[in-house]
Amino acid sequence: MVPAAATAASLNCALFHRQGGLNRATRGLQWTKKQQCTRKPGPAIITAKFELKPPPYPLNALEPHMSKDTLEYHWGKHHRAYVDNLNKQIVGTELDSMPLEDVVIVTYNKGDMLPAFNNAAQAWNHEFFWGCMKPGGGGKPSGELLQLIERDFGSFEKFVEEFKSAAATQFGSGWAWLVYKANRLDVENAVNPRPLEEDKKLVVVKSSNAVNPLVWDYSPLLTIDVWEHAYYLDFQNRRPDYISTFMEKLVSWEAASARLEVAKAQAAEREKEEQRKRDEAEDIQGSEAVEMYVDGETEDSGAD
Amino acid sequence: QTFSLPDLPYDYGALEPAISGEIMQLHHQKHHQTYITNYNKALEQLNDAIEKGDSAAVVKLQSAIKFNGGGHVNHSIFWKNLAPVREGGGELPHGSLGWAIDADFGSLEKLIQLMNAEGVALQGSGWVWLALDKELKKLVVETTANQDPLVTKGPTLVPLLGIDVWEHAYYLQYKNVRPDYLKNIWKVMNWKYASEVYAKECPSS
Repeated sequence: MVPAAATAASLNCALFHRQGGLNRATRGLQWTKKQQCTRKPGPAIITAKFELKPPPYPLNALEPHMSKDTLEYHWGKHHRAYVDNLNKQIVGTELDSMPLEDVVIVTYNKGDMLPAFNNAAQAWNHEFFWGCMKPGGGGKPSGELLQLIERDFGSFEKFVEEFKSAAATQFGSGWAWLVYKANRLDVENAVNPRPLEEDKKLVVVKSSNAVNPLVWDYSPLLTIDVWEHAYYLDFQNRRPDYISTFMEKLVSWEAASARLEVAKAQAAEREKEEQRKRDEAEDIQGSEAVEMYVDGETEDSGAD
Repeated sequence: QTFSLPDLPYDYGALEPAISGEIMQLHHQKHHQTYITNYNKALEQLNDAIEKGDSAAVVKLQSAIKFNGGGHVNHSIFWKNLAPVREGGGELPHGSLGWAIDADFGSLEKLIQLMNAEGVALQGSGWVWLALDKELKKLVVETTANQDPLVTKGPTLVPLLGIDVWEHAYYLQYKNVRPDYLKNIWKVMNWKYASEVYAKECPSS
């Protein structure tokens, strides 16, 4: 898979729609530690604001497919450490005031990762992962998600094969994803003039270590954690068994469908916004006088 | 040529309590064996592709060879890097390697501190190495990602000791507490092997 290079312009666009707009001053990624921490009155404990949220089910609810032990370590130790360490790294900096997704993208820094990226991305990845599973999960998706899967993979079975293969062949630590790719052109002076619904695709991608598809400007719909800590207590070296169990017994297609709706709405919003900007630019251009050079009127005549 | 799983020079339980028998058995019989099986398969496919002149296939196979061949290379060294206490595991290095450690790191404690720090900081999967740069005749600490062999960090680097920090190397026993694994593995470190390799590359004058 080829990561779409996130230019500063598209970076701004991506962030604009995820929250309320990113101050254009951060375009140059000039975040620095604030010279002064503002302190509230009272005991001077300064912590950054990200919280470790519990999974949307009790820690034993995924048994016997994913043990309580695994959840206790995976969520209670690994995920907790990512959140705690992220907070320590960003307290007192500009990153402290941003939503987590924005911290991920800013610290990814187009591949030249800043120190907080690992913790930020892993914090995001794990919160997302818990939401991808549910007690009594598995089965098939329905509605539009199923439609798009059948359109883009040929059949649900072929999708499952590709997803399982990606998860099994991600070497070392990492993740496998089903993503919604809005297929925007990310070149500053070229815009897809007619973004078609049909051009937007569902794609399976894999990523290593902490990397996630947000940094490629994709919308994740589903993920499986294939770091060994995710499955070693329950499956030891048998990653393929873990992956099968995930697909057959754990995956929440409702959650994936909900994310698809959000992804499509975001893509539509962005396109409207880009069209509005293009219209604005054209209006301005139309009202400017056009300079023309006519023979015989040049100021600098050559040496006589 | 096909490769096969080298025997462990000691019983699976012989490194306890530093490393559990359960881990040693899985690590050797499952993980290392799988690397070898897949390495052999990739080599067979490579020979095929070379014979057919299928350059695209030759190139496509490189990552599988690196992953699985690297896994075989690294683990073959790893088993020799460890020894039961009663066979010298944990015994401090003497002779020329000991002096070189003092010269290049200040002390053995400082070297161990450095390797453990590198091991803890390594994100994802990989290895920490004590290496000899045979050109510069200097000891260095290096890390490699995934199953990349040490030589990918420099053609003149000779591995003396490698510590596997993939989660499979410690998870069943130490869970997420990689620092404890790193603290304890030195109790079964086979410095004799490292000294032999060092002495061969740097014969005492």
